[in-house]
Amino acid sequence: MIDFPIISSLILLPSIGALFLFFTRSNKENNFTVKYVALFTSIVNFILSIYLWILFDQTTSDFQFVEDRVWIENFINYKVGIDGISILFILLTTFITPLCIISVNNSIKTRLGEFLIAILIMESFMIGVFCSLDLIVFYLFFEAGLIPMFLIIGIWGGNRRVYSAFKFFLYTLLGSVLMLVAIISIYWITGTTDVVKLYDYGIDVKYQNLLWLAFFSSFAVKTPMWPVHTWLPDAHVEAPTAGSVLLAAILLKMAGYGFIRFSLGLFPVASEIFTPLIYILSVIAIIFTSLIALMQEDMKKLIAYSSVAHMGFVTLGIFTIQQQGIEGSIIQMISHGLVSAALFLCVGVVYDRMHSRLINSYGGIVSIIPKYSVLFMIFTLAALGLPGTSGFVGEFLILMAAFKDNFLVAVIASLGVIIGAAYMLWLYKRVVFGKLIHEDLKKMLDLNKSEAIILTCLAIPTLFFGFYPEPLINTIEVSISDLIDTYNIKVAGNY
Amino acid sequence: MENLELVLPEIFISLSIMFLLILGVFKKDSSRLIQNISLLVLLITAVITFNETLGIDEVSLFNGSVIVDYLSSFMKIATLITAFLVLVISSNYLRSLNIFKIEYPILILSSVLGMMIMISSNDLIVFYMGLELQSLALYVLATFNRDQIKSSEAGLKYFVLSALSSGLLLYGCSLIYGFTGSTNFNVIANQLNSNEYALTFGIVFILVGLAFKISAVPFHMWAPDVYEGSPTSVTLFFTMVPKIAALTVFIRFLYVPFFYLIDQWQTILIFLSIASMVFGAVAAIGQKNLKRLIAYSSISHVGYALAGLATGTNDGIQSSVIYITIYVLMNLGLFSCLLMMKRNNVYHEGIEDLSGLSKNHPILSLSLLIILFSLAGIPPLAGFFAKFYIFKSVLEQSMFFLAIVGLLSTVVAAFYYLRLIKIMYFDKEKEKFDTDHSMWLKFSLGVSTLLILVYFVFPSQLIEIVSRINIIQ
Repeated sequence: MIDFPIISSLILLPSIGALFLFFTRSNKENNFTVKYVALFTSIVNFILSIYLWILFDQTTSDFQFVEDRVWIENFINYKVGIDGISILFILLTTFITPLCIISVNNSIKTRLGEFLIAILIMESFMIGVFCSLDLIVFYLFFEAGLIPMFLIIGIWGGNRRVYSAFKFFLYTLLGSVLMLVAIISIYWITGTTDVVKLYDYGIDVKYQNLLWLAFFSSFAVKTPMWPVHTWLPDAHVEAPTAGSVLLAAILLKMAGYGFIRFSLGLFPVASEIFTPLIYILSVIAIIFTSLIALMQEDMKKLIAYSSVAHMGFVTLGIFTIQQQGIEGSIIQMISHGLVSAALFLCVGVVYDRMHSRLINSYGGIVSIIPKYSVLFMIFTLAALGLPGTSGFVGEFLILMAAFKDNFLVAVIASLGVIIGAAYMLWLYKRVVFGKLIHEDLKKMLDLNKSEAIILTCLAIPTLFFGFYPEPLINTIEVSISDLIDTYNIKVAGNY
Repeated sequence: MENLELVLPEIFISLSIMFLLILGVFKKDSSRLIQNISLLVLLITAVITFNETLGIDEVSLFNGSVIVDYLSSFMKIATLITAFLVLVISSNYLRSLNIFKIEYPILILSSVLGMMIMISSNDLIVFYMGLELQSLALYVLATFNRDQIKSSEAGLKYFVLSALSSGLLLYGCSLIYGFTGSTNFNVIANQLNSNEYALTFGIVFILVGLAFKISAVPFHMWAPDVYEGSPTSVTLFFTMVPKIAALTVFIRFLYVPFFYLIDQWQTILIFLSIASMVFGAVAAIGQKNLKRLIAYSSISHVGYALAGLATGTNDGIQSSVIYITIYVLMNLGLFSCLLMMKRNNVYHEGIEDLSGLSKNHPILSLSLLIILFSLAGIPPLAGFFAKFYIFKSVLEQSMFFLAIVGLLSTVVAAFYYLRLIKIMYFDKEKEKFDTDHSMWLKFSLGVSTLLILVYFVFPSQLIEIVSRINIIQ
């Protein structure tokens, strides 16, 4: 089709930028140079991914822009490519990263160069995850992301950063090693790790259950699903703002993506068997973590728990195995990527000024920082799924599909929406409205230019896709309907 | 005697040793000269090995008691290059401890000679001779800093325990000789059907001896003490070079004479492997001294290498060879860092001394970071691929238990590597280290880090080289 290896460029570009940074860092005056190099790299990458979206052919479910190179003779091919499902995640990644880089202005005081290197390398790995079409290449990117994230939390994090960084690393590593066993076993069973070939061949039914569980162990930790979600609040709370944004906006989406691409695509029969398990865990996640979120004193923790609840909706939607359900899940993931990123940034804004994340150290700030309050309001409403925001579209589609499939599950999940509204509104009320008790809050400055730019950048797509989700749905529609068709055929034929 | 050129490397190195000894006796203050000549000897031997024997398929010499094939040539070259690097980066260290003497390079050369004989042996007697030659040299090396009590203790401990294991090994050899009537590996292979159970005894004894040399659990007790007590440059030698030789003997011994008794020894090897992986990972957690920590980590790495051997396939052997090669590379980098940790000419080896390294020495700490993540087996670094090949060959034989235990112990092991990274990157900085390192030290650190980092770009090369090792016909 085209010779220019556009996907590899997307993956490599941030790393090349990081390499540049490595040689330009070190002295203090360089801070601006360093930042602009990083920003430039990530914006170029964003433009490249937009270009990719324009070139992308929405009418086919085949993988496009495929690059297939021999990597290890007779064993692994470096194979990357995209379809309707992956392109949105790539866009999300390239969109969020520049915003993260702008946001470091206020929060990262030490070793800025190294921080930006970590973020850019992280971006490379995340894009790699979303477009790899070989299980081993996927695993490589999936695991490699641990290194920069560990450092981001550990070096630039809060007080309990060491504990959180270790917990994050070891939890996710433990989940993933079983996936490695499964991947090698797939190679041993079928003789290939090429995802496209595996879609065609299918995997013997007698192995599917175990393999599914091994993949599940990794994705469940990464999603995170109840009861292995406990690393997330810790990691979120202690990570610096930009780190939390990356974690919430993109890292969590790797697992949702993995469920669609691998669990449904490779192990349909096993997915059918384990759907009740996912339903139960998702519903527990939605209700249980929403209730926990209600009780949080710490803003970041509250948003972290709400992430777990939102991801509960995502997994629920994916395993309804219906067009609307999966579409809803993907839109919910994109929306959550935008909204949770924005919410973490909102917390970061007040934290940079007052150095407190506790809800009760704020209150009545609406008259002091009105611009902030408006934008925070938009994202709060988007997080609780108000119609007209992107949050609504995803949740609505997921619940609609769930009602068709299992009435009881859908009813309980809907209750979660109500609790979600409760904790988000309550948070907003306690932080922004109410009486101004703390005198020192009066000195707070409203959003500065860079913060305003970031939050507006996030608000625009949140509202736009809330009113007009067509572009998203058009992109994913064909791929998903094709995925579901193959899924149903495979389940019916039991292979 | 027509193929004498095939043992030219051994002949050359032994003549050089004698020459260097004489030179050392007659020329005063010649330690620097001897060091340089020894380096040259190692290089020349490597070149001879490369030229004369690498292309050879398989040739037996001296009535079949010595074998030259691709495996032996590859391992000899690995041994020689590693020994060269060890020697070259340790000179500054030895100087600052005032033990830069003529004996050091000569002892290293003689142990290398012993290892080369071991690697090429196809006969129990030849193998035992090589083993004893290298062990004798190693005993002395361990006590090389003889004024220090820890070093003498290390040497003595190593000597006593090693002598015991050699005794067991020799007993095993005699059992095998008694039941098959020969010491030659190929002859033994043909005599197997007679007395399977009796032979198993012999195999077990020899395996115990070998497991001791390679420090696999439960015969690992000497390793932490000896590694800690010996001078760092000797520890560096200990963790890498004898392991290459011992692994080769493991391969040769299990797969040539006793391949048909695989049911007997496979379980033992699986046990050794699992025990080493798990114990090495768990015991390293509590360590405060870097050298002890490395000792335990090397125990667990040996466990992974043995897992590849336990499979009983060519793939497994190849993956073990790849593993040991990458392991040597990583350890070289790790020790280069350790040799850079000196303040005011005093070398430090506590893990707390790494504290805040990233602020004072960003490049050094970045290299160490890469090496540690690689040792932990995190992709996309070389250490991941090493483990990956092992688990691939293990899973191909459906040994799920071994694979899962191995992978879970990587998670445990990740903990202590992460702890080192935590100390380097998250903790408060301490006084700076000296920066007047020798060029060779920087070179070996730089090269090993770079190779670990970019290995994933060219993974096929090493596989291609190793894929010519086909022991099982």
